[in-house]
Amino acid sequence: MESVIIILAGILVMIATYLFLSRNLIRIILGSALLSHAVHLLLMAMGGLKKGGPPLLGEELKTYTDALPQALILTAIVINFAVTAIFLVLAYRTYQKTGTDNLNALRGFKDE
Amino acid sequence: MSNLIVLPMVIPILIGIILIFLRPYIKIQRWVSVLSVIFSGGLGLYLLKQIQTNGILTLEFGEWKAPFGIVFVADSFSMLLVVTTSFVTLVCLLYAFATIGRALESMFFYSFVQFLIAGVNGSFLTGDLFNLFVCFEVMLVASYILVMIGGKKDQLRESIKYIAINVLSSWIFLVAIAYLYGTLGTLNMAHLAVRVSEVGQTPLLTTISILLLIVFSLKSGLLLYFWLPGSYSVPPTAVAALFGALLTKVGIYAMFRIFTLIFNHEPAITHTLIGVMAAVTLIIGSIGAIAYKDLRQIAAFNVVIAVGFIMVGLAVFSTVALEGSIYYLIHDMIVKALLFLLVGTMIALTGKNRLNQMSGLIRNYPVLGWLVFIVTLSLAGIPPFSGFLGKVLVGGAAVEKGNFVLLALAFISSLFVLYSLLRIFMNCFWGETILSIEDEPPLKKSWLIPSIILSVATFVLGVGAESIAVYVNDAAHTLMNPEIYIDAVLPDK
Repeated sequence: MESVIIILAGILVMIATYLFLSRNLIRIILGSALLSHAVHLLLMAMGGLKKGGPPLLGEELKTYTDALPQALILTAIVINFAVTAIFLVLAYRTYQKTGTDNLNALRGFKDE
Repeated sequence: MSNLIVLPMVIPILIGIILIFLRPYIKIQRWVSVLSVIFSGGLGLYLLKQIQTNGILTLEFGEWKAPFGIVFVADSFSMLLVVTTSFVTLVCLLYAFATIGRALESMFFYSFVQFLIAGVNGSFLTGDLFNLFVCFEVMLVASYILVMIGGKKDQLRESIKYIAINVLSSWIFLVAIAYLYGTLGTLNMAHLAVRVSEVGQTPLLTTISILLLIVFSLKSGLLLYFWLPGSYSVPPTAVAALFGALLTKVGIYAMFRIFTLIFNHEPAITHTLIGVMAAVTLIIGSIGAIAYKDLRQIAAFNVVIAVGFIMVGLAVFSTVALEGSIYYLIHDMIVKALLFLLVGTMIALTGKNRLNQMSGLIRNYPVLGWLVFIVTLSLAGIPPFSGFLGKVLVGGAAVEKGNFVLLALAFISSLFVLYSLLRIFMNCFWGETILSIEDEPPLKKSWLIPSIILSVATFVLGVGAESIAVYVNDAAHTLMNPEIYIDAVLPDK
């Protein structure tokens, strides 16, 4: 099961790298979102995907899944959400101010 | 008692939140943010004394024992950096009061400075790898805002690059954390160190350590510096000075911590790699510093050179070398802030940013001119100033260990630093005065005082190096003997 998830994460990283290297700003932001999905999957897989109950003490099971990676992922998701929001607003602002979302067109301004 | 060590992180966060509500009251914002920084610095000094008598201080949050809860650890190294951070921030705030302008001040500028300081201090104090990641993000998100505050076109462009590269490096950090958790099953630094020494540093662990090396190199501009000159040259001067002084140093601190505490068993691989990266950084930084005519680019490439030099100390890896690096780290935080402030003042006065567009400034601004001369001497490592001792110690240790290539590069780069800054001094301050005295805008005292404070600090630090020698020795001793750190965090392992 872990290997399937790892391969999935690898494919996500591949797509994200491709998007990251493009010239379009929105594609780069999409790439960063995909990257974070990949690493969240990786964190989950690295904690081990053993069968066990959800980590709720009320369930009164013999084995539970590891709760630590879930807490790490939850933190990482929120941080990534904030950064993506900033990044999107920055892209919008750049588009408003310069009239382009192409990174090549952003190189060097006349008034510099 | 040891609850005190969380305050350098908590106070700036609380003050930052309070300042959000005090948006229209600029005067109160200024006073409160200055008081917060002074308080953290004073607390740092007090704790530094405590550490000398009581050993390393630790704080376990919520009474959870060390590997299970988050710990904050204060040893001499982190406290020295907290104190220096507070001092540099104080001076940059004083400069910001005079220059930043009402429009930015009412856009939560002081709040974001406080959050930045909280992230930096948290990174210095934490004893947990994932918590280090979170503190990095606190610092980075605040720095994203500070790069783009004001929203000029070039700021927008550079902040796109800056955010993209930092999203990528945070991603690699998370990957490294995932791998470490998968192999060792813990994220507490002391516990990681114990586990690594138990199972031995296998090739897999060495690979993970190199992944962490890439992360912190991206953050600190060691070899992977390409984002740095752009994003450090666009923000307002006070912010650029804060960045130049603090942000890269956090990455350096993290590398020192990781490679002395956890991954210290295979120095033939990791520390050799650090040495190679430091060597290339010194070369590239030197080329960049003399290649550009833009004053801010020159200052930014001087940051890159300093990162290379400090990492030479870690690559040599002996107590004396680490002492030298710590001296140089403290010196560099102060002097880089000074350099950015002076360069920003020159650009603000003349309205130009190139070497060949300014000339003969010394006739109208003699004090500014001599301050630039002082920063030149101090950065090059001329004896009465603070850069000297660090260079001598690192050089001596490199000779002792026989690392002559690194030694040569480190000292030749000093010549390049001297040349690049003397070029600023001679081109801009000597020669014919372009503008007559009536045309030159008067230099306000409030623009100069922060730079004078920092110049005095570099002089005092150079002459009175003995006064901090105790703390630096202790810091280097703790770094070279990780069992002291481990015993403090995990007393009954």
